[in-house]
Amino acid sequence: MSGDDMKQAAADLECPVFEDTVLAPSPPLSEATVAILTSASLHHPDQPDFGPADISFRVLDRERRDLVLGHWSQDVDQVGFGVDLNVVYPIDRLEELAAQGVIGKVSDVHLAYAGNQFDLAGVQLDSGPQGAKLLKDAGVDVVLLTPV
Amino acid sequence: MSALAHVLEAHGLATVSLGIIREQIVNTAPPRGLYCDFPLGRPLGRPGDPEFQHRVLAQALGMIETATEPVVEEFPEAIREEGTILACPMPPRDDADAHPAVAEARGLRAAYERTMANHGERMGAFRVLTPDTVPDAIGVFAEIAGGANWREAGIPGIPARVAQDIRGYYEAAAVSLADHTPGAFEATRWFLHHTEAGRTLLAAREEMKAQGAKHPLWYFLVSEHVGLPK
Repeated sequence: MSGDDMKQAAADLECPVFEDTVLAPSPPLSEATVAILTSASLHHPDQPDFGPADISFRVLDRERRDLVLGHWSQDVDQVGFGVDLNVVYPIDRLEELAAQGVIGKVSDVHLAYAGNQFDLAGVQLDSGPQGAKLLKDAGVDVVLLTPV
Repeated sequence: MSALAHVLEAHGLATVSLGIIREQIVNTAPPRGLYCDFPLGRPLGRPGDPEFQHRVLAQALGMIETATEPVVEEFPEAIREEGTILACPMPPRDDADAHPAVAEARGLRAAYERTMANHGERMGAFRVLTPDTVPDAIGVFAEIAGGANWREAGIPGIPARVAQDIRGYYEAAAVSLADHTPGAFEATRWFLHHTEAGRTLLAAREEMKAQGAKHPLWYFLVSEHVGLPK
């Protein structure tokens, strides 16, 4: 099979339906503090690995590049991230955009969740709001979400 | 992923979500979504290509300022993954008396270390195993493939996690053995079908299934979608 077959298999997974979609306001990008939230199960080596049904998150430090991919799925390419973390976690690209003035600032903290689990209620009611509060408290305005 | 976008927006954070699977990002309807037809595991498209990654980010972050209602846009460039298999030279095995897969793994150690030195330890054997214990873990799967009881063989952890580390060790070595950055899953297919360790893992998977191991214990040793021959 090819990657296209794999994506087709994943396309059949049931998706949650959201009745109401809110668009939060943002300052202009040139003034906004931007964070990354990835579902790639990234973590620093000294942080706990993700469990197989782990809805918690890890806080990633803006300054650190020592990251490992803790995702449990075998259906994920690992080599791309292995040679260039920006293909999953574009932290260096955000730093370049901040230096150019395209965005206001790169957040000092970023978040990683595990995308390969199905307890969406736990994410929506527990770890998701916790992560949102952490980012709000850190002064974040805009969040870029990257899957894996 | 998109579920989190809804949560963040409800808490006052503006979001834009990248999505690799069209049906998922369309059906979950994030507040702002950018569908990118890229391989799984490469949401920014091309490793080592900052210019390409910046094009993705420009369109994604631009939606923060342009979207006035929920919207999913599509990135105009696709990266298709064609099912190719990496070709790379194998170093000599280090021990003719050892199981071929075990000797092969030992022979790859230098290539593995070159990748760690050049790219950091972001992939490889770090979940359950270490580079030192990979050959022994492969030896356990070789015993299972040969008919040993999988429960008693001594798999050093959750089987899928151990298998991920073996795959990671081989794919990391492949990065230094190949003459280019492997495309998505090219090295995975090489591992599963062109190496002794990959063939051993596939054989152990079949043996565990035959011995009545619970489905998740044998099924997730490899990707059903990436690696198995048609």
